[in-house]
Amino acid sequence: MRRNIKEFNIREFAINNIVPIIFIVLCIICIPLAGYSGQYLVSQIITRIMRNSFLVLSLLIPIMAGMGLNFGMTLGAMAGQIGIIFITAWNVVGIPGLLLAAIIATPIAVLLGWFCGKMLNMAKGREMITSYMISFFMNGVYQLVVLYGMGPVIPIESDQVILPRGYGVRNTIDLINVRQSIDTFWQISIGGINIPILTIIFIALLCVVIIWFRKTKLGQDMRAVGQDMEVAREAGIKVERTRILAIVISTVFAAYGMIIYLSNMGTLNTYNSHSQIGMFSIAALLVGGASVSKASIKNVFLGIILFHLMFILTPQAGMKLMGQAQIGEYFRVFVSYGVITLALVLYEIRTRREKAESAKQLAGLQKEGAKA
Amino acid sequence: MEKVKELLRSFGLPRLIIAGFLLLLFIVAPFVEINVGASLSDTLARFGMNSIMVLAMVPMIHSGCGLNFGLPLGIISGLLGATLSIETGVTGPLSFILAILYSTPFALILGWGYGQLLNRVKGSEMMIATYVGFSSVAFMSIMWLILPYSSPTMVWGYSGSGLRTTISTDGFYSHVLKDFLQINIGTLSISFGEILFFAIFAFIIWAFLHTKTGTAMTAVGSNPIFARASGINVNKQRTLSVMMSTWLGALGILCYQQGYGFIQLYQGPMYMAMPAVSAILIGGASVNKASIANVIIGTILYQGIVTMTPSVMNNLIHTDMSEVLRIIVSNGMILYALTRKTGASR
Amino acid sequence: MPLLEMQNVSKEYNGNPVLKDVSFKLKQGEVLGLVGENGAGKSTLMNILFGMDVIHQTGGYGGKVLIDGKEVKFASPLDALKAGIGMVHQEFSLLPGFTAAENILLNREPENKNVLSLVFGPRTNTIDRKELQKKAIDAITKLGVTLDPDMLVSEMPVGHKQFTEISREISKSSIRLLVLDEPTAVLSEKEAEMLLKAIRNLSAQGISVIFITHRLQEILDVCNKVIVMRDGRIINELDAASTSIQEMARLMVGREVSAGRAKEKAEERPLSDKIVLSIKNLWVDMPGETVKDVNLEVHQGEFLGIGGLAGQGKIGIPNGIMGLYPAGGSVKLNGQEIQLNNPRACLDASLAFVSEDRRGVGLLLDESLEWNVAFTAMQTQNRFLKQYLGGLIKWRDQEAIKEITDQYINELQIKCTSSKQRAKELSGGNQQKICLAKAFALQPKLLFVSEPTRGIDIGAKALVLQALKRYNRENGVTIVMISSELEELRQCCDRIAIVTDGAISGILPASTPSEDFGILMVGKTGKEAK
Repeated sequence: MRRNIKEFNIREFAINNIVPIIFIVLCIICIPLAGYSGQYLVSQIITRIMRNSFLVLSLLIPIMAGMGLNFGMTLGAMAGQIGIIFITAWNVVGIPGLLLAAIIATPIAVLLGWFCGKMLNMAKGREMITSYMISFFMNGVYQLVVLYGMGPVIPIESDQVILPRGYGVRNTIDLINVRQSIDTFWQISIGGINIPILTIIFIALLCVVIIWFRKTKLGQDMRAVGQDMEVAREAGIKVERTRILAIVISTVFAAYGMIIYLSNMGTLNTYNSHSQIGMFSIAALLVGGASVSKASIKNVFLGIILFHLMFILTPQAGMKLMGQAQIGEYFRVFVSYGVITLALVLYEIRTRREKAESAKQLAGLQKEGAKA
Repeated sequence: MEKVKELLRSFGLPRLIIAGFLLLLFIVAPFVEINVGASLSDTLARFGMNSIMVLAMVPMIHSGCGLNFGLPLGIISGLLGATLSIETGVTGPLSFILAILYSTPFALILGWGYGQLLNRVKGSEMMIATYVGFSSVAFMSIMWLILPYSSPTMVWGYSGSGLRTTISTDGFYSHVLKDFLQINIGTLSISFGEILFFAIFAFIIWAFLHTKTGTAMTAVGSNPIFARASGINVNKQRTLSVMMSTWLGALGILCYQQGYGFIQLYQGPMYMAMPAVSAILIGGASVNKASIANVIIGTILYQGIVTMTPSVMNNLIHTDMSEVLRIIVSNGMILYALTRKTGASR
Repeated sequence: MPLLEMQNVSKEYNGNPVLKDVSFKLKQGEVLGLVGENGAGKSTLMNILFGMDVIHQTGGYGGKVLIDGKEVKFASPLDALKAGIGMVHQEFSLLPGFTAAENILLNREPENKNVLSLVFGPRTNTIDRKELQKKAIDAITKLGVTLDPDMLVSEMPVGHKQFTEISREISKSSIRLLVLDEPTAVLSEKEAEMLLKAIRNLSAQGISVIFITHRLQEILDVCNKVIVMRDGRIINELDAASTSIQEMARLMVGREVSAGRAKEKAEERPLSDKIVLSIKNLWVDMPGETVKDVNLEVHQGEFLGIGGLAGQGKIGIPNGIMGLYPAGGSVKLNGQEIQLNNPRACLDASLAFVSEDRRGVGLLLDESLEWNVAFTAMQTQNRFLKQYLGGLIKWRDQEAIKEITDQYINELQIKCTSSKQRAKELSGGNQQKICLAKAFALQPKLLFVSEPTRGIDIGAKALVLQALKRYNRENGVTIVMISSELEELRQCCDRIAIVTDGAISGILPASTPSEDFGILMVGKTGKEAK
């Protein structure tokens, strides 16, 4: 009897964690194929964790509030990029520069988050596709501001930033001023692997904030709203406001995350960075075993490790296997999209099955009742 | 007065703004030395190229599956048909017919599978459709590299394997419809071939919606519970509509390629659903209602803006903001449709 | 001084009086039973007590509500809560992923200030889990039931959910009066017993309870006094210790048969020997209207009524047979077995159904009347179609559709601008007639009609019933009508079956006095009454 239960649990475990399991298998296959050294992989993974975890963590709060994956985190990334553009133009260097970027980005992120939250309140039940379209729409607005507004309307004078034609921001900006300034501020080296302590402190701090946030009244309200808006409303919780707050907080965190990310990367792809980062962050979170309605800090880190391991490995593995690095590159794009699709579909099918099961139970009960 | 207001409301403010904007562009055009005739022909040419992909939205909207963000799946079927047709080496208009024939089984099979998937995720079709589209494009990117194509027009010259990113349809079916029945009046040139081609399929869809099955499909989209209570197999109707949409998507890309002159592989089809989706929305469709008129009006308005803004803007302020405007307008339109309380009466 | 007093309270909706001259008193710690048929005015009375928006939006009410002898007029349920009145509704209002304790103190969680909350405001106060637990346990203990405060609601049996709901009301410190609306309807016998004990506990602690239920035995078990309501009036105030189930049942449904009404009564007709429909061991999983074991025979050409109190399963019967909800058992039409869970099979067997859920199931709200009337017949019987190419193309026959729609518009006096008007633009009564037209257009052998007069005005009601009666008498179509209104059934039907607790508790000729039906409705006691 006990064995039965155990077996059942393993199966259940596999079904519930199918996405991370696929990824672990994938990575195990790819590691020998790619032939990278362990040290290289570890140092790469650490870099990626430092670079991405703040961004991925920013997705947790909207999930808690039942609003699904916040594709609108791109909006926060845009705000962060605007902050970075300004400090580069003003030539503010190092950590003060990043701080200033964060100060500039905050009000923009709050505003964008508020807009996004308002829109999502108008599209309850289809938050994800709507936040996705908002990120597309806002991308247009962002381009309008950055490509045409900066220079003539928003005064920026810097050859480093502005295109030679006199307005609009360059395609790529070298962030020499702030490159890895957080990482190198306090760094120790273990076995040839550099470990940036300050970045780790920042990330740990955010984790603590998120854990603490879950315990606050607002966090509790968000969980309530996420489960059932009507019940929460009846209990007197301001549903709409709570939802907007969830998105605002997420957007602001995403803005800070983007600043950390860019400082680590050292270059800004003015017109690409933000839209890519949205997809990669969401894919990473899902790879870590999160679903549309449930995500934890554990999912974030596991997801980043697995997703980026795959990312590092596949081009090389493709090269060795097929003789073409291109295949590996397409493969990782396919995997990023595929994992989001799979996670969304599995989530839908699972909720449906749960509903059907409760109905079946009811029917069973009645039959028993009818017999009795 | 009330009637006018009612009419305005049903037409919708964003649509009105877009139509007004387009009208303004045409009025301004002659003053900034733009040839209106050429612009009109350009708009019509783009209409011919894109209209079938917009038409592909109609069946799925009718059956309640929402906007077909998974259009890339249909496009991929079309690409498979196109490449296979070129691979056979048949040239001229026949290659176009061959491409249609080859793409059909792919469209039907992929559409069937896609329909089955969407039946399991009722309520979140649009989000999942988007990612099904993306994943399939990414998957096919790998396939284009490793499928054993050999036609020298398509394969990379230096390595001898893997398809090129863009393949010219010259000598095959480039402009087969465009040059068919083309009429030139001064600077205005109208290709009746493309318009006729669209008209045939628009008529087929229109007629289909007037048959028993078409009626059932509309009812499924309007109120699936009513349809079920009337003995309709809801899932079957939805699958059928998805297959139709996918097949039309395949046709649509072939039609696009013959007008454009090139086949775009790899990441090319990635974002092709967005213009089609926003075109039909600009035409007055909503997430669960669409008509052939919406397709025609929407495609003309959308393509009109796409062709007119760059030239007018360029000549007017010497800055080409058209791409950015297009992004804002088309995605803004989709956003507007999503945030409206549709289906509230149910 | 009484805790709560109502003086001559009256209320009307659009000129229809629904409450007339209601007066009663409730002392502290007293348990008051409130019984009456559906539509007797119980919920309206409670809505007035709680100051619900429905009441304000429809012109307020007459008379006075006094608490502690002072008149009160609550602007919203929140005001009522402040005055110490709590209510537990029939539907649970719980969060499945929260524990019992979290649900009990939802949005009233004890909080602790911290450094960050000084900056970001009180919403970032941390929740004091220990205090929350303690308060929840306090409430549960006060109620006197066993309930694990750490159990997730999603894992609870129904009874515990109910206890959680009640504990939530109790946990509000000011609570003095608790209204329980059908709290035992979903409970097992054991759980119901626990709840009754809990009610006695509360009463002993000085909390007054208004207990609304259809289970009259429970009233006898737990209440101090009983108010029986009928047609918006208090018919009688009884002392629970000295009344009986029979007396209450009689008072609930008993109507003085006025001369006018008698004329409307269905004439007595001989019953055909031929059995059209035979139902055996039917169960239906319809939430809120579960059918457990129904056995029923319907005779050729008769007009059979199915009555019973809400939630007992009468509505589940046609919904299950027609395949709208999962069902099992055996249903035979003219000796032919009908496949269950398949709407098409039922329609093909010439059954038709007018659903109680007009807007959800009955109509294509966004489509024209023509579509609504003709659609089902078109799809299942290939009518209103023009066939081309040897039936390969089945084209909608617009003229035939318009013709049939116009015919029904005339016949049923449907008020509309044209047959092209959209169904959602019609009034409730006219929508109902469209639903009837849809069913008539199917030319069924047997027609199920579920709650045909729900939510429509009196004039339309009469027309709808007339149309059904005529259809039965003139076309000889067997009709099974399900209705909550006994009088309505008695006007049209030959026989009336009463459903209690998911099974038929008895079938009587329509001419039987309504008291007898009342006794059947209240269930188990039906046997005792005989």
